[in-house]
Amino acid sequence: MKWAIPKGGDLQKANEHRQQSAILEARGISKYFGAVTALEDVSFSLGRGEVIGIVGDNGAGKSTLMKVLSGLHRPSKGKLFFEGQEVRFASPSDARRLGIEMVYQDLALAENMNIAENIYLGTEPRKKVLGGLASFYDHRKAKAQASEHLENLRIHVKSVEQAVGDLSGGQRQAVAIARATAFDARVVIMDEPTAALAIREVGKVLDLIKDLKKRGISVILISHRMDDIFYVCDRVLALFHGRNFAHANLKDTNRSEVIGWIMGTLNHEGTLAHDQL
Amino acid sequence: MTNSDPLAAAGQEPGKPRNAVRLLDKYGILLVILVLSLVLYATQPDVFFTWRNLTNILTQNSVHAVLAIGMFMVILTAGIDLSVGSVLALSMMSLAVASGHVPWPVALLLGPLVGAAAGFVNGVGITKLKMPHPFIMTLGMLFAARGLANIVSGGVPHSGLPDPVRFLGSARIPVGEWGDRAQTLPFVVIFILVLYVVFHIIFEHTVFGRRLYAIGGNPQAAKVSGIDVDRHLIVVYTICGFMAGLAGLIMAGRTNSGFPNAGIGIELEAIAAVIIGGASFFGGRGTVIGVFGGVLVMGLINNGLNLNNVSVFYQQVLIGIIIVVAVSVDVFRREVSKRS
Repeated sequence: MKWAIPKGGDLQKANEHRQQSAILEARGISKYFGAVTALEDVSFSLGRGEVIGIVGDNGAGKSTLMKVLSGLHRPSKGKLFFEGQEVRFASPSDARRLGIEMVYQDLALAENMNIAENIYLGTEPRKKVLGGLASFYDHRKAKAQASEHLENLRIHVKSVEQAVGDLSGGQRQAVAIARATAFDARVVIMDEPTAALAIREVGKVLDLIKDLKKRGISVILISHRMDDIFYVCDRVLALFHGRNFAHANLKDTNRSEVIGWIMGTLNHEGTLAHDQL
Repeated sequence: MTNSDPLAAAGQEPGKPRNAVRLLDKYGILLVILVLSLVLYATQPDVFFTWRNLTNILTQNSVHAVLAIGMFMVILTAGIDLSVGSVLALSMMSLAVASGHVPWPVALLLGPLVGAAAGFVNGVGITKLKMPHPFIMTLGMLFAARGLANIVSGGVPHSGLPDPVRFLGSARIPVGEWGDRAQTLPFVVIFILVLYVVFHIIFEHTVFGRRLYAIGGNPQAAKVSGIDVDRHLIVVYTICGFMAGLAGLIMAGRTNSGFPNAGIGIELEAIAAVIIGGASFFGGRGTVIGVFGGVLVMGLINNGLNLNNVSVFYQQVLIGIIIVVAVSVDVFRREVSKRS
């Protein structure tokens, strides 16, 4: 597989510039599960405040790559750089400490717990009691902070004490995003954030992503939906069979070409039958 | 719906019926206890509502109460511990056998510590050996601990324990004089009440307790949030084992002995109390108040049927029916709360 020939001569220059100012960079990442190769020599970089779309068919390695970036998997080969420094993540909490947050496809929310508790799961506000002898969950602080944070993101819920199990798909997605951005997030990785949503909720979530970009947060968006990619992304990167396949600035490509990349064809024109699908 | 904000639209109004469901969810068990008490009072007005009978109910169920709190912790994480009956016996035997040979403080501590050790082994087995389900590991421990209890004791009861070792299970605190006699309160009743308050605080107000709810609700979510699920589970099973050891200490104190057949089948009664108390078998749901209620419901039924001279066989049938009814009411209630 070779890299796609970029349209427009400025991509090379843009890449160099991006590498200097990249917040997160992956170089030559490979991941093997026993005899199975999930990723082979994948590289990419992410600029500050940039939204990059990652596309690829099922099994192309998108989710594995995200799990490597968020510290859930350790890469078999290759290196990760955060703000130019090489980093190694032993667990998701290492990545979170740097401000790399992941919004999982299955949302990773506990439905039995309320919104505030979900937002601060793993990063619970604590208060000292008995003169520092014990550390208690500070419910009041969690509720107040959660309300304020949701308000900042313009996410409206009736009460942060609602159980997440009682929320709609879009509300859950919003809570998951609120959770990811609760503490100085620098990079938010989203795995198919609109896949399970009603159509009228999709736009709201995409606007939320644009909002994050405005705040200077970088976003990696995995999506099957071309509408999502072309609405929010600055750049798009395609994986195929676990390898880099193609990438381009969004303004230099079109849906038909990106769909071609997902299928594993380069320089794809709108003449093939699957475009009609 | 005409709400222009889809993210705000879907959560339903918290109307009155929903609040009623919530209240019932939280305090329904207290209602059941009230009704049961009234029925018992109606059938046995002279006996039921006496100090002696009421403290008896709590004393007789103290072992169950201690086991149930540990079992609840395990069930909250979507697990199960079948070994608590055997671990109770092993702890009881260990402290009874040791009593003749070591100073009493060592013997006293030995029971709960042996229990905690067995629980630790359960926890490590479940997490590090990657058992498909806690059922398997604790089933293994059920047999192994029972065998060990017989090995340590040579298969025979050991009686005659030092007073300080018996204190928790048998001490009675004088509380005053009425009804022309001196009245006492078993120390174990105070102990149980304090224990439940402490565990209520742990489950509701500590980060550890709230994380157990998260682990039970969605272990994957807990894991990706950076919570060390395995370590939490090891702690949970160790505490459950410790509680079984404590139950062994109480039973030894009350009977002034250790017998290797103690607590056969009692794990199922502890599970029943937790389930009757409204905890979800799938983890993530339940309260300490509910568990206490579950223990009391079983205790009241036993007491009521004993007072009315009903055979123990009927008690078993009734407990069986109540478990099924309690869970089906719970399922129904949840469906209603989802629909409203």
